[in-house]
Amino acid sequence: MDLGFVLTQSITQAIGVTAIIYLLATMGLNIQFGYTGLLNFGQIAFVAIGAYAIGVFMIQWQQNPWPSWMPWQTLVPNLWVAILYALLLSVILALILGIPTLRLRADYLAIVTIATGEIIRLAFKSTDPLGGSQGINGKMGQDFYDLNPFPQQDRFDFGPLTYTRADLWVVICGWVVIGLLLLLTWALMRSPWGRVLKGIREDEDAVRSLGKNTYLRKMQALILGGLFGALSGIFWAIAKQSVQPDSMVPAFTFFCYTILILGGAARVMGPVLGAIIFWFLLVFVEQFLLLLIDNGTITFLVPTQVGPIRFILVGLGLMLLMIYRPQGILGDKKELALDAR
Amino acid sequence: MHRGFARLLLALLGLVIGAVALTGVAQAAGPAIIAVVTDANKAPIAGVTVTVTGPDGFTGTGETGADGTATIEVPKSGKYVITLDESTIPGGAAVKDGPERTANVLSGNKKILFPVGVPDDGGGGGDSGGAGGITLDRVLQLILDGVVLSLIIALGALGLNLIFGTTGLSNFAHGELLTLGAFTAFVLNVWWGIDLLIAAPIAIALSGLLWGWGQNQILWKPLRKRGTGLIAAMIVSIGLAIALRYTILFIFGGTPKSYAQFAGQPGLELGPIFITPKAIVLSIIAIIVLVATILWLKSSRIGKATRAVSDNPALASASGVNVERVISVVWVVGAILAAYAGIFLGVTQNVVWTMGQFLLLTMFAAIVLGGLGTISGAIVGSFVVGITVQLSTLIVPTELKTGAALLLMIVLLLVRPQGLLGRPERVG
Amino acid sequence: MPGDLAAQAVSALATVSPEPGAPKPDPILVADGVNRHFGGLVAVDVTHVEFQKGAITALIGPNGAGKSTFFNLLSGFDKADGGTWVYAGTAVTNTAPHKLARRGMVRTFQLTKSLSRLTVMDNMLLGAGGQKGEVMIASVLPFLWSAQEKKNRERAMVLLERFNLAAKADDFAGSLSGGQRKLLEMARALMLEPSLIMLDEPMAGVNPALKQSLLDHIRDIREEGTTVVFVEHDMDMVRDVSDWVVVMAQGKVIAEGRPDVVMRDQRVIDAYLGAHHDQQLTKSGESLTEGTSS
Repeated sequence: MDLGFVLTQSITQAIGVTAIIYLLATMGLNIQFGYTGLLNFGQIAFVAIGAYAIGVFMIQWQQNPWPSWMPWQTLVPNLWVAILYALLLSVILALILGIPTLRLRADYLAIVTIATGEIIRLAFKSTDPLGGSQGINGKMGQDFYDLNPFPQQDRFDFGPLTYTRADLWVVICGWVVIGLLLLLTWALMRSPWGRVLKGIREDEDAVRSLGKNTYLRKMQALILGGLFGALSGIFWAIAKQSVQPDSMVPAFTFFCYTILILGGAARVMGPVLGAIIFWFLLVFVEQFLLLLIDNGTITFLVPTQVGPIRFILVGLGLMLLMIYRPQGILGDKKELALDAR
Repeated sequence: MHRGFARLLLALLGLVIGAVALTGVAQAAGPAIIAVVTDANKAPIAGVTVTVTGPDGFTGTGETGADGTATIEVPKSGKYVITLDESTIPGGAAVKDGPERTANVLSGNKKILFPVGVPDDGGGGGDSGGAGGITLDRVLQLILDGVVLSLIIALGALGLNLIFGTTGLSNFAHGELLTLGAFTAFVLNVWWGIDLLIAAPIAIALSGLLWGWGQNQILWKPLRKRGTGLIAAMIVSIGLAIALRYTILFIFGGTPKSYAQFAGQPGLELGPIFITPKAIVLSIIAIIVLVATILWLKSSRIGKATRAVSDNPALASASGVNVERVISVVWVVGAILAAYAGIFLGVTQNVVWTMGQFLLLTMFAAIVLGGLGTISGAIVGSFVVGITVQLSTLIVPTELKTGAALLLMIVLLLVRPQGLLGRPERVG
Repeated sequence: MPGDLAAQAVSALATVSPEPGAPKPDPILVADGVNRHFGGLVAVDVTHVEFQKGAITALIGPNGAGKSTFFNLLSGFDKADGGTWVYAGTAVTNTAPHKLARRGMVRTFQLTKSLSRLTVMDNMLLGAGGQKGEVMIASVLPFLWSAQEKKNRERAMVLLERFNLAAKADDFAGSLSGGQRKLLEMARALMLEPSLIMLDEPMAGVNPALKQSLLDHIRDIREEGTTVVFVEHDMDMVRDVSDWVVVMAQGKVIAEGRPDVVMRDQRVIDAYLGAHHDQQLTKSGESLTEGTSS
């Protein structure tokens, strides 16, 4: 282990599968919180729905149909159909969350969404037909991997970065999807529709007084952001071929907030910059500390204490950002001068 | 403000360094695998050997205790194989689905369930409804457990609601006030060897001073002066919660701990129901504390001022109430109540870094149910939530019990957004 | 000519008897039995009131008289416990604010709601009605809405110039002064081309230098044929600009009439004296202007 290895690891992770998962979810949060001001504290619920839909439809109910008379093999012939179901389910979830809460005060949405995330996690965890506490493992993304165009070889080298054939395919597709969604976000947010969302964030009553149906727009933003979250979960299931209830914790959403605020909320590229920097720093700190412990420079820490240190830094980072630079890296100087929020 | 935050950083850093120095690094931290071995009726099985193997040639062994769990700490995240030695199961029964499990350990603890044997009734329903069906004895027992849980939730929710009422802050770091209180008592009791009966009051007082007054002074007061918005402050509290929680994990490790006294207290059988003496005593004290706090809010000068500030801070301030002083008091009271709740939880269950986090959502649910900002609402809401959580295990799997309370909250919001005791809000 | 319409409206008011609930020759907004309670407190209990089309009507009353609550009810921002109201011949009782705005009934707020982190131009554009680009699906197809957007932009620029804000078009609204925000809010409301504009304390927090220009703008709005109803504490302004005055106290309409008549009305003087013993109604300037309404 040396510094080169630490850096390579950090860069690989900064653009790797985990970063993509968080980035997709954060891009959804950007639409909801960044542009519209909706306090969705349960983005993990959408991610979980996306990931579990793939796992349950592709593995769990194919092998062990539930209810037993349902012909899942016919209903879900391949991964692509499962993805459609996953997206549909996330829309339904957004409607269930939005209909009661979008008329209430902003913090009710926060509490209801975080609670829903937990209900969903606990429900998956305690229901065996949905994987139970063991989660779902298996080749749920096979249809996707079958399309892999890269030649059969063990490893692909790009300078210091090394990928397996499958990883390379996953990561490239992930970034292509992100690119398309960024384009979509950009197009939406420069339009009059995006202007209404930003208006709602600043003052919903003012926008209502100008003849706009804000409830409809908030619902649209919640659904769109939820779809991004579901895509994050779908990507998770395909890339990791494993869905675990204990990964679907509220902390996921809070990390997304950290990424969003780090990069810059209400900026199209904010989440991208935030996710890359967040994961680079997180992995770098971990690997660098492990390196120092390994070669005896640091003697007052044991390797198991490195994990918590990363999260302490995340927490402090979120606090400091929110206090001193709430507009993030990409934020506008003029905006800072307003001292809004 | 920069100074204020530098102080906070210094304080946290000092805490970490001090704690590392104290432990002499002997304390292993980090994730652990918790194997839970239960028989067909969900009763724990003791004395079963569990082996864990993992990356870099890691091997660890543990034996289940009276609660049927064995905790094996692992050095880092990764894939681990957990094997249960079936020859050590009393009666020679076999594990359902085989004795081997693989687990992906992330940062936190990973619970692995080993259900042994086939249910007596032979029903294929698996998890639903727990053991024994619905009997009067079981209902009584669950109601009692629910009341005990309600008291703990109420202690936390009352403080959370007071802070919300006076400052408008939805404090997501309130769960950590419970955890900090419990661990403050743990340091005094286990590290320094002070008897818990003396350590607990000291820890509660220290919590009020350090985690309540100190936190407000170093963090929230400067932020209020800065004019930080409520949503921004809410996100700051999330950051604080994460930082505090993992600082506790860093210092104390992930293994659940017990205090030096009252750990393995035998229970009392009162007719059909079962309760430990410590839970009875702690519950009585909790009731006294809650009643005293409410009386204090209703009758004392500062208590009345608190309610005035909750009602309308600008008006209260204009009529001569020192709002900042009231807020300081509220933080101290909130931290004291939370610390007692933490110790209560630590004595009756165990002391672990996630204990407050798990209760945070039930506290929020209690407040929303009762009505945001109302004092009696927090108490009523806590009882609704606590008893719902326990009674729900009659029909839903035990793991889902918190979900039942959260669901109840969402349903109530649909019907009555202002909560059970809240008044409809005036708009515009 | 719209100007003639305004003149007609004003002359028509001359025949109306100065009594609470008096019928108007050509009312645009009629409220009947509107009431609102908060717990035991009756905030609004208006038996009958009509607002003349094409005129400037002031709604005045001591603090806590229920003016703002009445405003909130009429504009759909609060739900009434009872009563009905009709706007331009259509029943609009408890209609959602955005639907009212689309029908041409637009309001502003006492605490100015400029959208701080949007530019002044974006604030204006948000005011424009019937935008195709505000439909989610259409928003990603700019060719559907860019022509309309361009027209709105031109219209906004004309209004901004009229309100002396053209130079600020690309600045964030949050960087404007309090008075400029009031102007922006008014200009933004005009983007909707309303037939009735309801101004909630347009003079609150505006410095004296800007007051005269605000008054001129309000008169201009009437000259263009838009009906104006406003809540105000500034008696000079009420006297100066309004054609008709409705006085509320303790949730009820207690008097109505031309400004000079109403200000001499004993019931009005009593209502104000009941609220402020130390103030004289007849003294101009500071009287009745202090405090914030509730």
